[in-house]
Amino acid sequence: MDAGLLAQFVANGLMLGMMYALVAVGFTLFFGVLDIIKFSHGDVLTVGTFAGFSTYLGLQALGAANPWVQVAAVLLVATGSMAILGALIAKYLVMPLKSAPPLNILLVTLMLGTVLRECVRLFFPDGANPKRFPRLLPDDAVALGNFNLRLDSVLLFLAGLAVIVAIHVLINRTKLGLAIRAVAQDEETAKTMGINFTAIVLVTFAVGSAAAAFAGVMNGLYYSEINFGMGLLLGVIGFSAAIVGGLGNIYGAILGGFLFAALQTVGAVALPFASAYKDVFAFAVVIAIMAWRPTGLIAEKTSERV
Amino acid sequence: MSAPLWPGAIAAGLVTALGIAFMWAENEWEVVAVLVAAAVGAVVARRTGWLEPAARAFRERESAMNRLAILGLFVFVAFFHDDHFPLLMAGTVLIYFLVCLGLTIQFGYAGMVNFAAAAFLGVGCYTAAVLTAHTAIPHLLVLAIGGAVAALVGSILILPVLRTRGHYSAVVTIAFVLLFKTFLEVNDTLGGPQGLKLPSMQVLGWTFNENFSVAGVEVSFYMSYVLVALALVIAAFALTRRLERSWIGLSLDAVRLDETAAACFGVHIARWKIVAFTLGNFMAGVAGALYALMLGFIAPTNFTFGDSLIMVSIILLGGIGNPWGAALAAAIVVVLPEKLQLIQEYRFLLFAALVILVLLYRPGGLLPRQLRVYLPGWKPR
Repeated sequence: MDAGLLAQFVANGLMLGMMYALVAVGFTLFFGVLDIIKFSHGDVLTVGTFAGFSTYLGLQALGAANPWVQVAAVLLVATGSMAILGALIAKYLVMPLKSAPPLNILLVTLMLGTVLRECVRLFFPDGANPKRFPRLLPDDAVALGNFNLRLDSVLLFLAGLAVIVAIHVLINRTKLGLAIRAVAQDEETAKTMGINFTAIVLVTFAVGSAAAAFAGVMNGLYYSEINFGMGLLLGVIGFSAAIVGGLGNIYGAILGGFLFAALQTVGAVALPFASAYKDVFAFAVVIAIMAWRPTGLIAEKTSERV
Repeated sequence: MSAPLWPGAIAAGLVTALGIAFMWAENEWEVVAVLVAAAVGAVVARRTGWLEPAARAFRERESAMNRLAILGLFVFVAFFHDDHFPLLMAGTVLIYFLVCLGLTIQFGYAGMVNFAAAAFLGVGCYTAAVLTAHTAIPHLLVLAIGGAVAALVGSILILPVLRTRGHYSAVVTIAFVLLFKTFLEVNDTLGGPQGLKLPSMQVLGWTFNENFSVAGVEVSFYMSYVLVALALVIAAFALTRRLERSWIGLSLDAVRLDETAAACFGVHIARWKIVAFTLGNFMAGVAGALYALMLGFIAPTNFTFGDSLIMVSIILLGGIGNPWGAALAAAIVVVLPEKLQLIQEYRFLLFAALVILVLLYRPGGLLPRQLRVYLPGWKPR
């Protein structure tokens, strides 16, 4: 294989890894503060992407055709509305079930995901078919042999990196982040220290959901296509990535995201029988990793409370 | 002193009559009217306490009630003996019920989450399709092989499922059902997205896909499938109930309720989980093989993640661990969207929302599982 093609695969893998990492960070944040898995995360991503898409359609209708304005508006609406949706889900569905058996939370969030997914499919105009997501970013390309580097990919990657760095700074350098970490470490103690537990949980869910919406818009801009099932796939992969890295650990989630993308890319390149089986391979790897390291590469600190 | 049988008999008769009326209803208004009547009847019976004697009859005169339920089903299929659609519905409900019995063993007794029920159903379907197309294996044997292959495929998942728990093993099964559907879609030898066709089921020279007549009365060809499905369901139901009541069921309950404590008391956790998982998948596979033969055509879109969720919804709505609840919920979940075309398109949405409401407000389901009766005549307080 020549270097150009290899570079193409690496670039593609990095892009995928960034999206997975953004989704995985959400899972790990939720698990950190509440010790729960929110399976509707992927579908929140879908809803966010479609919200962004609607914004684009609205702006087109209004005649605001400047692509930069459109990108900014799409991102703002997608992340903003999903932050609100995430907080609402946390307040009305997850918090009341905090002390219920884990199985019930799993089922409720899974079913909520189905509700969101089906709502997009049924109530978005012609939602059952894939939609063409516009290319809003400049798509000038630099060709180096077989390697075709598009400017919009670079921009998207940098934007994703910026979001991850921002989340990192938020968690590690701000007072809010300190509160989130305190709640993640010990809910009771955090409460006695005067931290508003409910508010912190809601903020965490808002941040995680906004990151997922960002990943969704990124996905749409990169592949120029969105559909109602995209979140299910990204959600399962993001969750697997979070687990592979070790739940509750933000670096683990990022590592897991890129690792998973690498596996998928290797699968697409190295497997002899075409790329049709790339998703089959990816899911088989998820199952294999779960069998090998049931609680992730960076193991959970307290795996069970008695 | 045992409970009188007649309240249970009346309840079984009413449910049968309701089922017939529901199927008989032609337009949507009649269907809605029957539904409203059923709902009002259930609420009234609950408020006035008439439900209690019936429930006691179900609890204490079980073998008699089982026979009455079978009789009710016979009355139903005899009433619609020459009508394809109600018989197809009855067959589908029985097949879903069979899958849900398997899920009850996994979910309700051993506490193992399995979101890949549709995948195991699909394994049974495709096994039947391939075997009937390429071999001359007797079709009753094909049903058993379908189950065995599903159990075998399930054994690939045993290691990851055993090593993980809760959310993590849910992801293993979700990943598997997504993998399975993608695999079917890209695999050309299994028909790809177009799916596969199956021939008619044949047992001892009897061709199922032909209408026949008994004593001069024309009978729909679906009747044969319904009777086979019924026989399978009776066998599976008897097995499930006996399993639940035996010390195996006790071990499974212990594994579900507290793994650590169960292990301390010498319950072999891995063994019982493997037994429950394999048995459940076997039932799903058998159901799948019959389903494929009955429909005569299968495609990957029958085995999506959404279908798995529908099956999980059935056992949750019915009440986890109660086979009677699963039977009732299977009937509601399968037949309702077919009769009310209005909600057909919205069924995933509707049942998902319904499950959320059930989990929030009535975690036990429609017919919650009864406490285990440890001694004859012993009443849980």
